[in-house]
Amino acid sequence: MTDALVLGIETSCDETGVGIVRGHTLLADAVASSVEEHARFGGVVPEVASRAHLEAMVPTIERACATAGVELRDVDAIAVTCGPGLAGALLVGVAAAKALALGLGKPIYGVNHLAAHVAVDQLEHGPLPEPCLAMLVSGGHSSLLRVEDVTTGVEPLGATIDDAAGEAFDKVARLLGLPFPGGPHIDRIARDGDSVYVDFPRGLTARRDLERHRFDFSFSGLKTAVARWVEARERSGEPVPVADVAASFQEAVCDVLVRKALDAAVTEGIDDLLIGGGVAANSRLRAMAEERASAKGIRVRVPRPGLCTDNGAMVAALGAEMVARGRTPSALDLPADSSLPVTTVLV
Amino acid sequence: MLLAFDTATPLVTVALHDGSDAVVELTSERTMKHGEQLAPLIDRALAEAGIVRQDLTAIGVGVGPGPFTGLRVGLVTARTLGFVLEIPVYGVCSLDVIAIEAVDTGAVSEEFVVATDARRREVYLATYDAGGLRLDGPLVDRPAVRATPLPVAGGGALLYPEAFPHAVGPTRPSAGWLARAVTDERAELLDPEPLYLRRPDAVEPARPKPVS
Ligand SMILES: [Zn+2]
Repeated sequence: MTDALVLGIETSCDETGVGIVRGHTLLADAVASSVEEHARFGGVVPEVASRAHLEAMVPTIERACATAGVELRDVDAIAVTCGPGLAGALLVGVAAAKALALGLGKPIYGVNHLAAHVAVDQLEHGPLPEPCLAMLVSGGHSSLLRVEDVTTGVEPLGATIDDAAGEAFDKVARLLGLPFPGGPHIDRIARDGDSVYVDFPRGLTARRDLERHRFDFSFSGLKTAVARWVEARERSGEPVPVADVAASFQEAVCDVLVRKALDAAVTEGIDDLLIGGGVAANSRLRAMAEERASAKGIRVRVPRPGLCTDNGAMVAALGAEMVARGRTPSALDLPADSSLPVTTVLV
Repeated sequence: MLLAFDTATPLVTVALHDGSDAVVELTSERTMKHGEQLAPLIDRALAEAGIVRQDLTAIGVGVGPGPFTGLRVGLVTARTLGFVLEIPVYGVCSLDVIAIEAVDTGAVSEEFVVATDARRREVYLATYDAGGLRLDGPLVDRPAVRATPLPVAGGGALLYPEAFPHAVGPTRPSAGWLARAVTDERAELLDPEPLYLRRPDAVEPARPKPVS
């Protein structure tokens, strides 16, 4: 049997993503983003995102089909992110996916956004090692997962207890007068900075924190420390060395992420670390992870930046895996669940 | 066969129209679960009418005004289904649907108003002539500002009896009447664009607050 042709829809935040895959082969990854509409608000405005999803949905489906060179009627299954994410935004994607399933007479798979971030790597690096340790870092999530089988067995080991890693990037960028979203700007400007200029705190790495929060993250204290440092500098009338502060902040985030991910991999006896989510596009995080992991004999897999940020291909990739492993499709009354737990991979 | 549905109120309503009249009309049992209930209701309507999706020739959809979340479920469903099936999608103002039912069932025989719940102590409202032709609106406003002795159809009249003492006719849009409005071209046919009437709630942030 040839691999299934699966169309995936992603609308959990501000990207309207429609991806098409055949098995592990990526055919199209169309994304329409409303990020510019949110920029002046300094963060994603749910109602603005939902409105944009409605407008972008059909054109993005059309574009994905054209890029993939397939007719909609040839699609074997529909996959859609049904959580976690912004409730109103998720609903637009889930309703569109149901309309496709209904109109095509094909099965629908409502899947978990986080598991999709893991599954997307199959499009680039082939079948996932089982088990693998996944670190997902973005504006909405920061978690460490033990992935036994991405279609059924995802076990959370740790997560952020306050801000997500990407959120910290956004907030610090704003402090430094850099545009939203902050990640790419900090990454770029930090290349000209000194990463040991300021020794910012590493959240939840003290011995007492390691007892209760060994694999958890905290970035809110770091963000406050950067704010304090910048304010003190401004009060003294001296210019803020933006590149040095950005580099030092980025170093602190990456240090904690990589340290905890490798600690988790070693503890769980897992030799493969997969990094996904928007922050995985950060060049320092990639370099640091590669370097420190190889010293421990751990392999690192990071999808290319375009597949790390939210997109439809990742949802299609997980959908294709559901089909390949014979999982039961979702019912047509499939709900969108803004706080879907990561342990529920398929609804 | 025309498929019609409206999601501009807390309930979902779905109907099929064969060219002479509505043949099936279904309404959801639970409120505010548009996303879960619309697709299964469409599926059930097709089954009850004994037709398949390929028999559909057009879609009629209520474009509001109404609560945004539900409204978008209806519109994205209509647009996507229309795209897949390659059939036209017609939008109808959801208040017009109530107005046409009020006129055609004889509930009104003079100029009248349709008002529905817009939450935040406001109503969505439009004014019609005795034949159901929209004269003014739709708009969103406080009931007291729009108080009228004219007959008022739609759920707004029941919510605000002091502003709208003369309640008449249907309280919410029915997909059967939506289907008739489209088939008989009784209402203005619109693009399937939502009538939000309100801007998104969003404020530009002030400078970050100092932490020390
Ligand atoms: Zn994500």
